[in-house]
Amino acid sequence: MSEIKKIKNLKEFSTSSDRFEGANLLCPGCAHSIIVREVLNATNDDLILAASTGCLEVCTAVYPYTSWDASWIHIGFENGSTAVAGAEAMYKALKNKGRLKQPDRKPKFVAFGGDGATYDIGFQWISGCFERGHDMMYVCLDNEVYANTGGQRSSSTPIGSSTTTAPAGRTSYGEKKNKKDMLAIMAAHGAPYVAQVSPSKWKDMVAKIQKGFAAEGPVFINAISPCTTEWKFAPEDTIAITDLATDSLVFPLYEIIDGTELNITYRPKNIIPVRDYLGAQGRFKHLFTKQYEYLIDEWQTRVDAKWEQLQRREEARV
Amino acid sequence: MADTMELRDIEVWDGNMAASQALRQVQVDVVAAYPITPSTPIVENYGNFTANGYVDGEFVMVESEHAAMSGCIGASAAGGRVATATSSQGFALMVETLYSASGMRLPIILNVVNRAIGAPLNVNGDHSDMYLGRDSGWIQFDAYCPQDAYDLNFIAFKVAEDHDVRLPAMVHQDGFMTSHTAQGVKTMTDEEGFAFVGEFQPMNDMLDLDHPVTHGVQTEEDWHFEHKARQQHALMTAALPKIQEAFDAFEKYTGRKYNLVETHMVDDAEMVVVCMGTSVETAMEVVDELRAKGMKVGVVGIRVFRPWPLEQLAEVLKNVKAIAALDRSSPHGTVGMLYNEIAGSLFNTDTKAVLTNYIYGLGGRDLTKVHLVGIFNDLKANMDAGKPTTALQQYIGLRGPKLSFF
Repeated sequence: MSEIKKIKNLKEFSTSSDRFEGANLLCPGCAHSIIVREVLNATNDDLILAASTGCLEVCTAVYPYTSWDASWIHIGFENGSTAVAGAEAMYKALKNKGRLKQPDRKPKFVAFGGDGATYDIGFQWISGCFERGHDMMYVCLDNEVYANTGGQRSSSTPIGSSTTTAPAGRTSYGEKKNKKDMLAIMAAHGAPYVAQVSPSKWKDMVAKIQKGFAAEGPVFINAISPCTTEWKFAPEDTIAITDLATDSLVFPLYEIIDGTELNITYRPKNIIPVRDYLGAQGRFKHLFTKQYEYLIDEWQTRVDAKWEQLQRREEARV
Repeated sequence: MADTMELRDIEVWDGNMAASQALRQVQVDVVAAYPITPSTPIVENYGNFTANGYVDGEFVMVESEHAAMSGCIGASAAGGRVATATSSQGFALMVETLYSASGMRLPIILNVVNRAIGAPLNVNGDHSDMYLGRDSGWIQFDAYCPQDAYDLNFIAFKVAEDHDVRLPAMVHQDGFMTSHTAQGVKTMTDEEGFAFVGEFQPMNDMLDLDHPVTHGVQTEEDWHFEHKARQQHALMTAALPKIQEAFDAFEKYTGRKYNLVETHMVDDAEMVVVCMGTSVETAMEVVDELRAKGMKVGVVGIRVFRPWPLEQLAEVLKNVKAIAALDRSSPHGTVGMLYNEIAGSLFNTDTKAVLTNYIYGLGGRDLTKVHLVGIFNDLKANMDAGKPTTALQQYIGLRGPKLSFF
């Protein structure tokens, strides 16, 4: 087991050795780059990385440039998980055969994918990797929409959000389906560690990433990634929006160990109304009308119920 | 360290076992695979070798063929020897990733046990899957029998992993006709087999932790064309001579000779059928029988389907007067692929040969010697007339109306 990197404060953390360069094409205010840096900076170990097709991929490896100072691979939209799983299998093979070039160093294997690549098109590949138990971490950059292709709905898109394929209009309030509970599904695979993280709660995030790296086997991290372009807020408000998501409990921060042991890792001192979270984003603008205001109340009820359920599970240790 | 398997000089193996044994002997580092008829036994045999200590690489049974090739790509980019096997629908599911493997210049070996593609669903052999892969940027070798399936795997690794080539390669064999038909196969010892291919030499390997590398980048109108053109150039100019070199080296090593274009009684032939797979051997028997009756007939077998051996084919066909292109796949919307490729190969030559096309054997329908005699009789009539005397495209062994056209 490699040593866990000690991180004292944010200043030190933000200036840690950077294996993801600031030189990339992501939108100003994009949370993806913040999340990726926090994941990579949580360890000093070598990294073998993969990305599924999406914003992160198209913005960080445009020939002849690369933003990655660690080995990185992209194949397609659905198979970032399996790409890194294949590399992990090769690591095991070469280790067994004594052919590793740096036999004393054990790299970490990490795949990144957006919610489209995770909840939808790449779901089977991720499930396969987790069932087989590859020693890898999968990080979902969850911006609740196909942002790279211009804002189409995914199965992570929440009710009432307006997207280009489920737009709000005279007879529709936008997305009709509730967001898929991906964390529960991944926990049900019996993964040693799954967790939800927020880039704004960096200490909580680093602790979880380090727990994930310390675990043997497949680890799933679902990171909320507010999208300035598709959620429609000002680029400088990314962290504020992220805080609204965690403090309204729309995006609760918790972990599940070995598929059963659930721990809530962040309890807001002041829980703010869901209305405040929704009201800060253009994608929910149409809900603030007489016609659709009932949906905001339904949102609050749903968030309260989920929070209640999480607390009960934590208490019951099941 | 994997155990050595003692083999007899000649083993009775079907094509699947021949391929599995070759994969074992070259000591593949990672096999990521998913079973599908009729290639399943390749994966089962390999699993059996693994379970009994004859393999010390990783054997990863994934959840689909797409994942199989995805895992192979990740493993290959990481830096080691990689192979898998598939057929038909599974091959079709893999297609997206086949382009990734070749575009990323990863020397993966894929054994394709040829089978029809549905609908209607069919488990038997034809060349539909093989044809589907023809634009994917892979080298495609074609085995006619279990011995070929064994030998061509060694040759495929040697060519694909050459740093001047760095392209993935498929070894095709006919579903059931080759894959499930046991024949005598001359073997190499484990040591000899491995030595022919040699240790894997990594290049741009992700696992070289001191030299990070980015695989699978984005290129748009500024660079995409240059990448694709260089890939095609490597396939057409570097791969062909390297394949010939590997064939020569293999002949020196084992005494078994392979050619880009295989010929049987073609030197003085006036009438020739061009085909692939097990049909080549059937046609050879028919040619021997017709030769005894005084007909100047011959067979051309395509050994390397991609890169297409355009010049070599034109050379062997230059004096032939009537040619039948036998396609074991429905062209759906044009004439048969072999017809088109042969026509393209001969167009800028002085040939006046009459070229016709036969579609046969779809979904495992037999091609009999009687069928082939009929084809040669057609060719005789075409040669005598100096033009096609039949429809340009005909079906062989089809029940009901003929459905020929042109």
